[in-house]
Amino acid sequence: MVLLPITGLFIRAAGMGWESFWLVISDPRVVAAFRVTVLTALAASLFNCVFGVLMAWVLVRYAFPGRRLLDALMDLPFALPTAVAGITLAALFAENGWYGQALARVGIEVAYTPLGIIVAMAFTSVPFVVRTVQPVLEDLPGEDEEAAMSLGASDLTVFRRILLPSLWPAIVTGGGLSFARSLGEYGAVIFIAGNSPYISEVISLMILVRLEEYDFPAASAIAAVVLTASLLLLLAINIGQERSVKRLHGG
Amino acid sequence: MAAGIPRRVGDGAAVRRTLIALATLISGLFLLMPLGVIVAEAFANGWSGYIGNILDAYTLDAIGLTLFVALLTVPLNMVFGVFLAWLVTRFQFPGRKLLTALIDIPFAVSPIVAGLLYLLLYGRNGWIGGWLGSHDIQLMFAWPGIVMVTIFVTCPFVARELIPVMQQQGREEEEAGVVLGASGWQLFRRVTFPNIRWALLYGVILTNARAVGEFGAVSVVSGSIRGQTNTLPLQVELLYQDANVVGAFAAASLLAGIALVTLVAKSIVEWRQDRP
Repeated sequence: MVLLPITGLFIRAAGMGWESFWLVISDPRVVAAFRVTVLTALAASLFNCVFGVLMAWVLVRYAFPGRRLLDALMDLPFALPTAVAGITLAALFAENGWYGQALARVGIEVAYTPLGIIVAMAFTSVPFVVRTVQPVLEDLPGEDEEAAMSLGASDLTVFRRILLPSLWPAIVTGGGLSFARSLGEYGAVIFIAGNSPYISEVISLMILVRLEEYDFPAASAIAAVVLTASLLLLLAINIGQERSVKRLHGG
Repeated sequence: MAAGIPRRVGDGAAVRRTLIALATLISGLFLLMPLGVIVAEAFANGWSGYIGNILDAYTLDAIGLTLFVALLTVPLNMVFGVFLAWLVTRFQFPGRKLLTALIDIPFAVSPIVAGLLYLLLYGRNGWIGGWLGSHDIQLMFAWPGIVMVTIFVTCPFVARELIPVMQQQGREEEEAGVVLGASGWQLFRRVTFPNIRWALLYGVILTNARAVGEFGAVSVVSGSIRGQTNTLPLQVELLYQDANVVGAFAAASLLAGIALVTLVAKSIVEWRQDRP
């Protein structure tokens, strides 16, 4: 179910020979799609690192009315089908949409630009950083923090010097997961991206474009690159997680 | 502790209020507002328009297919997930670590790539698909293909929820059961199951949500034949591209409803898990 199809893809891609593989991958439109995808995924993950830490912080450290609701809301992007998220964000940010109208007045265009891709990717991967940082923040021992505070250090200094180092592995893990998800995102992105070649076409759409041209070898070659990237990311995240677990347990 | 001196970072009233306000504002704008848009757009033509869109023949077909796919996928993955979690937590065998890592792969793979993997293998020109084709069996661009990719993208959910719970639980209770002469099925029903039921339910809820909503992988293998291989998310796309925005949002509202039920169910399960 899992290994056979993956092996199949790699054999297909390998079977086409290095030269034709390279020809497909180095096609300017494909290169542009890779660039757009990586840059927007990076931006979306960075946004989620900041937003995720803020959300985890507020949800763990403060008690306030509506906290549980806010907590449940964090999982919405995973529960909502990507196609639904896609048309909804497109409607919000379109020229005549609720946000689109307001943003147009200050001269910002989101829908049908790379900015729209970032919004869609950020939306679908919101839960990753929140849910990896939250448990770490909950289990964080308070002594160092309290000692530093009582010695008169400012909030920002204590956060930066004492809390952030402990949270860092969780932030990187969550950010990595968010990046991996964004690289492959399709459903949420295509409705808001505009999908113009070289500008706002993501790599998963590129695979589909090649498929619709019945160019199976090209689709396989691009897919093999994407798959390799996501498997390597998964491996890196797993290794990183194992290390930080060992460090926490003093091993 | 002297009054007024914050004990921990962010305890100051101003910081506290600012951060809560900021978090609520961004979450509202970014996460809650989209739900509002769905409702506003779906009911743009009032109740009767909404009902009319839902009762559209193709939309009804899509609802039927989506339910059918979920009905096949969820029980299969539930059994598979329990089996896998049991294997990984109760036995030591070579390749156990590798198997644990393999479980995560479907999460890391892009949905489009997942669809393509199956198309290449089971499609008309694929290794297995070619052989099946010569026996008049067609998997891709038909409902079996949709079920197959849905199983692929949802197979980690149950196992991932169960593994930590079963690891924590250990095997002592089960061993005691064996000593007392319980059969395998009795052991599962009386000892293992009561301990894992909430985690299992949670895994099933997540599996169901994803099975109903999967879009990318399904769109590669479905062929989107109206009335035949069109699932509800694909129907949303078709309507949207036909410039029937209200119809698309009406169909989307059903999926959003399932998403909300998922969130509520998840909160209840988590609340139950906290107090066994």
